[in-house]
Amino acid sequence: MDKNIKLELRNITKIFGKNPPKVISLLNEGLSKSEIFKKTKQTVGLNNVNFKVYDGEIFVIMGLSGSGKSTLLRCLNRLIEPTAGKILIDGQDITQMNAKELRDIRRTKIGMVFQNFALLPHRTVLDNVAYGLEIQGIPKEKRYSKALAAIESVGLKGYEHSKITQLSGGMKQRVGLARALANNPDILLMDEAFSALDPLIRSDMQDELLALEDRVQKTIIFVSHDLDEALKLGDRIALMKDGEVVQIGTPEEILTEPADSYVSKFVEGVDRSKVLTAESVMKRPEPLVSINSGPRVAIQLMKNHGISSIYVVEGKNRHLKGILMIGDALEALKTGKSLEVAMFPDSPRVAPDLPLNEVIPLIAESQYPLAVVNDSGKLLGIIVRGTVLGALAVSGENGRTETPEEKNPEEKTSEERKSAGKFFEYKPPEKIVFIGKNKGEVGHSSEDSGVTDGKGDIINDGIDSGAPAKATAKVPLRSDSGSGQEAKTC
Amino acid sequence: MLIPRIPVGDTVEFAVDWIEGNFGLFLDLTSKQLDLLISGLKDALLFLPPEFFIPGISLLSYFAGKRNIKLAAGTAFGFFLIENMELWELSMETLALVLSSALLALIIGIPLGILSAKNNILFHVVKPALDFMQTMPSFVYLIPALIFFGLGNVPGMIATVVFAMPPAIRLTNLGIRQVPKELTEVADAFGSTGWQKLSKVELPVALPTIMAGVNQCIMLSLSMVVVAAMIGVRGLGYQVLFGIQRVDIGMGFEAGLAIVIIAIFLDRITQYLSPR
Repeated sequence: MDKNIKLELRNITKIFGKNPPKVISLLNEGLSKSEIFKKTKQTVGLNNVNFKVYDGEIFVIMGLSGSGKSTLLRCLNRLIEPTAGKILIDGQDITQMNAKELRDIRRTKIGMVFQNFALLPHRTVLDNVAYGLEIQGIPKEKRYSKALAAIESVGLKGYEHSKITQLSGGMKQRVGLARALANNPDILLMDEAFSALDPLIRSDMQDELLALEDRVQKTIIFVSHDLDEALKLGDRIALMKDGEVVQIGTPEEILTEPADSYVSKFVEGVDRSKVLTAESVMKRPEPLVSINSGPRVAIQLMKNHGISSIYVVEGKNRHLKGILMIGDALEALKTGKSLEVAMFPDSPRVAPDLPLNEVIPLIAESQYPLAVVNDSGKLLGIIVRGTVLGALAVSGENGRTETPEEKNPEEKTSEERKSAGKFFEYKPPEKIVFIGKNKGEVGHSSEDSGVTDGKGDIINDGIDSGAPAKATAKVPLRSDSGSGQEAKTC
Repeated sequence: MLIPRIPVGDTVEFAVDWIEGNFGLFLDLTSKQLDLLISGLKDALLFLPPEFFIPGISLLSYFAGKRNIKLAAGTAFGFFLIENMELWELSMETLALVLSSALLALIIGIPLGILSAKNNILFHVVKPALDFMQTMPSFVYLIPALIFFGLGNVPGMIATVVFAMPPAIRLTNLGIRQVPKELTEVADAFGSTGWQKLSKVELPVALPTIMAGVNQCIMLSLSMVVVAAMIGVRGLGYQVLFGIQRVDIGMGFEAGLAIVIIAIFLDRITQYLSPR
């Protein structure tokens, strides 16, 4: 994502009442929202909100009802006039615009999707979607062809002549989305757009929004009261309370470094496996062996670190070539083969942004640590079972915010085991089943099994189950592996 | 202590005299225009003889009622009965009066309703005026109408307009105010002008409520046109009044029945015209 600022809010304040200047001066004196209401009977809707939204990102404004999130969203296209402050879109301050300029901005730059769909009941799907184009005076033929394209992009092709009353909730919101897209705006404002949908449809719509975002690269500002939704959709999240922004950050930052007790209370009980990514739980890939080294070097490194496998990389930028098992290394030493021949090149890899809940089945099924590799093939880190369990277990302990990669490796291993122990005690049964299937390996993941007992165990398993999993993000799980299958179903 | 009598009646009388004195010419001109409207409409309705008019209006109501055969049959029978009772010409005169009064009431009432929905100050002025207009006994309107426009159809029409307008204003106002907030936000968020918002969102969404107002307006017009017979409005009302004066129950009933037929016809047609 490039970091062009698309939208910037400076000191946006909104007072609902008869004498806003007085309230602003009270706010400056540091009175709270409730004190001001008691004193003046005026409501502080928004208090000094500042943030920047970058081009092409999904920015989620989140908070409980009454926190001011919908008010804030409506300030962005001046459906609600902010009492004070500036709103810059592409550097233009829209709070200073006259009615006509504002109308042009609304027609061309900002689209909006509403919570309860807000479709015009007297119009067909097509005419609803074409509404924004119609009021711009675009001729019928042209606006219909654009509207049809928008309808197709949300998967409603064939319904264009349906009446609104004939559609289900999910379809209605697709129409709402298509209507906003038909104008081809840069910015999409979505006001609790999926809150009125039932959970399955909501999840589908979220996925589709993400897919759509990949295709069209809009800047999306999404208001939600649902933390799971915010974490799933948001590139960044602004958490609001009483008209103020409490914290702005990526989903991981919100989870792992809550700004205050309100935020940490808010994020309590979130399923971290959906939010934490491979990147955030991986550890430094140490040791590594260069592809140009001989088997003897590799064996020595594994011996020193007490591990049974080692990653083979090439060059300064750690381009991942494969994984070398201790058994194969010893074999290579005997027969004089090079590392390149002895190593296993299709070692399991994952992308750094793969969520933890997708990492878990891969690591459960894999005999090796997972390599975290970026697009250009650079080895960023590795994930062993212990790190995954550790990251998940932190959520069970209040206020524990350290991420595993911040600690040094030695400490971590013992920490991990400790937290892993807690994990067994407290976590719901489904996870225990998954652990149970791999019980033999929990104590000694490939990393901490010694050189000698690692040999029989791991290498034989690897051979038995045929070609090890090619565990990249998008590849489906191997179906011939019994344990993998079980892990998946539980 | 003696409280002097507040001269409410005298003041109103004075005001009416003053208007009569100063705007006499204007009132005469208006009167002539309105008379032209009514007699023109009446001539149009009487242009076709009943044997063509009845099938024509039945066919019309058949299509207006979305191919409702019962409505068409009822219309045919009702108008046949009117013709059969020899009340055709009087009925057409009443119909012309009702339609022109309702038209005028709607032309004033609907825009006023829209404006009062948009403007709270205007609404607070209009609302008590409407309460006043609706609770004042309808006969009372006849007096100033009589003074300004003399005897005949025009004062009756004026009184009818005043009497029939309130529901059109009220229900238009209500309909516009009841348009869901999200829909007006849609109009604004997509950059509609005020007129586009009104014509493409608010009026279509409010249409069922506005049509209920239109229906009420026409019904009230009909009832007032009958009462207005007291100041010389011709038509079925006059026939009823005649029946009362001569204690001719048959004549009164027949004219009354014709009024009922016209009322039901107008009510059903306007109901079918409104979207649901």
